Amino acid sequence: MIIDPAVIALFTGSFLVSLIILIASWLGLQIVMFWNLQCGSEKQLELEKWTYLVSTLMAYAFGFEILSLFLFVYTTDSLHNLFIGAMCAAGTLNTGTFGYHTLGIKILILILAGVWLVMNHVDGQAGDYPLIRKKYIFLLVIAPLVLLEGFLQSAYFLSLKADVITSCCGSLFSSSQTYGESPLSLMIGFPAGYLQAAFYGSAFLSSGLGFFYYRGFNKLGWFFTISSTGFFLISVFSLISFVSLYFYELPTHHCPFCILQREYYFIGYLLYGMLFGGVISGAGAGILSPFRKIGSLQGPLPIVQRRLTMTSLFLNFFFVAIVTWQMWHSNLVIDR
Amino acid sequence: MLWIERQRYFIDFALSSLMRRWRKNIALVIVYTLVVFILASIVFFTQAIKREACTVLEGSPDIIVQRLVAGRQDLIPARYADELRKITGVSEVRGRLWAYYFDPASSANYTVISTERPGRDEGCVLMGQGVARSMHAGKGDLIAIRGHDGSYQSFEVKDTFSSGSELVSADLIEMSGKDFRGLFGIQEAYFTDITMKVRNAQERTVVSRKVLNILPDTRPILRDEILRTYETAFAWRSGILLIIFTGSILAFLIFAWDKATSLSIEEKREIGILKAIGWDTGEVIVLKSWEGLIISLSSFLAGIIFAYIHVFFASSTIFEPVLKGWAVVYPRFRLVPSIDPYQITTLLFLTVLPYTIATIIPSWIASAIEPDSAMRL
Repeated sequence: MIIDPAVIALFTGSFLVSLIILIASWLGLQIVMFWNLQCGSEKQLELEKWTYLVSTLMAYAFGFEILSLFLFVYTTDSLHNLFIGAMCAAGTLNTGTFGYHTLGIKILILILAGVWLVMNHVDGQAGDYPLIRKKYIFLLVIAPLVLLEGFLQSAYFLSLKADVITSCCGSLFSSSQTYGESPLSLMIGFPAGYLQAAFYGSAFLSSGLGFFYYRGFNKLGWFFTISSTGFFLISVFSLISFVSLYFYELPTHHCPFCILQREYYFIGYLLYGMLFGGVISGAGAGILSPFRKIGSLQGPLPIVQRRLTMTSLFLNFFFVAIVTWQMWHSNLVIDR
Repeated sequence: MLWIERQRYFIDFALSSLMRRWRKNIALVIVYTLVVFILASIVFFTQAIKREACTVLEGSPDIIVQRLVAGRQDLIPARYADELRKITGVSEVRGRLWAYYFDPASSANYTVISTERPGRDEGCVLMGQGVARSMHAGKGDLIAIRGHDGSYQSFEVKDTFSSGSELVSADLIEMSGKDFRGLFGIQEAYFTDITMKVRNAQERTVVSRKVLNILPDTRPILRDEILRTYETAFAWRSGILLIIFTGSILAFLIFAWDKATSLSIEEKREIGILKAIGWDTGEVIVLKSWEGLIISLSSFLAGIIFAYIHVFFASSTIFEPVLKGWAVVYPRFRLVPSIDPYQITTLLFLTVLPYTIATIIPSWIASAIEPDSAMRL
């Protein structure tokens, strides 16, 4: 294991976030089981008070999850010096076990927690808490993932071992150990031509669906959710497969982490921020569409959905625009 | 815009309510600042000293080849250098002479090196500022060094190294090769170790494998390995210090929890009145969150500023011996100030996150007070 201030911070963070998620889901479970708005019992009044606590806990947990993703990527990047052959976060994540699993689950939790907060916000807009059971069941789905994240992250950091000088022969021999194939290499191997078509195709499809959904074609809700989630996944693939090459201006450099560095003007933060914002608002907007039929939501829900759809369309549009501009103006020219 | 306006009113209200109870809050802010200060000093110092080590090692050779005899480092025959020169990709191979010298008068260990640079006169030495301080010697003075045969040889101090290079040169005495061999009794055919430069940085590992194949009784040490070892050592030290301070963080959390739960009758009545005039529980929670955030951010900022001054302007007086290690001749150096978002996020996770989590439930309990029962107190 590597004892580093940032690793200790991540351990502390994941322990504390797991703790508040556990409290929130225990309260959520009580609410799912005993909620009855018609009843004026003391228990019901207590449950109503608990909803405030759960919302606050989740808002904080979500905030810390965003920071934790940032800190995790940054920490793995700064630890690369300790391993032979690792040049940035990509190498460090490949070094121990569960590196990429931890990253993946952190991203998943971030998206799910974002959608949960959207749902919670909508629920608060109506006076009679129409989504209360659904959102707390959803919370009970997120909670095990947060615990799993804590476990995977701990397992990952515990499995790391720095290649330092040993008394016999330097650390030379430790470099012979193999770390298995990185998931990145699988993405790199995907034919870039097809992926480019899929990238622009899904951007076009998702914005078309979003546009019509915004204009009131309510039945497209689920399609919009699926298409914006699809666009997110394809964009991440594309970023690794061909977009990154134009930022680095190197035909062999596919790293999804180096664009976060100063050398590339921290453009990665903007790009990833737009992708996450786009998928959370897009998925949130669509998922909410079945609830339009609920009486108390008929007023506030369409307004929230329109805002979310607009946000998602804007963020995805600017993402595609920046990427295309870079591909167009980059000094790298790839003849296919 | 409406949202921002709303939050501004909340902040306004939170600030005035904190000011009204400043006696209660000041103790919290002081303890909080102290905790941030301690942790930030450790984190800043480690990062800065790691960077310093990187800068220092930039000028060091790519590969150092040492000879091992029965598991111990031994003098390396000069003919080994000829073998090493034959390896493709190696641009320079040099024998090095260096030794440790214990000076009984000042009870300190010095590093004595010899360079083949022209103009290195026999009978003269150059010394680092640390040596000059502990030997009370300056330019033009004579110093005596005890040789391998027990006799003392005197050398004239020709000059001292500039204080800018003190991190590497503090304990250094530099003399000519002939003087060195005479002083320590090392024959012409031997060196302490051999340094190599490799043209292509990516070939260093391959070259060192070849070294091991050609000369099996040696160990090649790569510069990257030294860097890695330094990084791990400093990270480990600071990590251990942080773990030791976990106790104080826990004590602080209990203190914060206690402060947050022990609401005065006046505070309860205030919340009761707010709820009676139409605030709902959610709004009181927002108000309480702002109060927590204001305390957190001001203490965090103050703690970081104090730590910055402590580490970069006061040479981190408090933690210096633990983090740097210690020696009689220790370099005096000032670290280059630098802070990045990574360190700030690490510190946020170690201080603000636990504080916030410790105070969520107490603030919710406070905001869930029924107005009538609160006002009846």
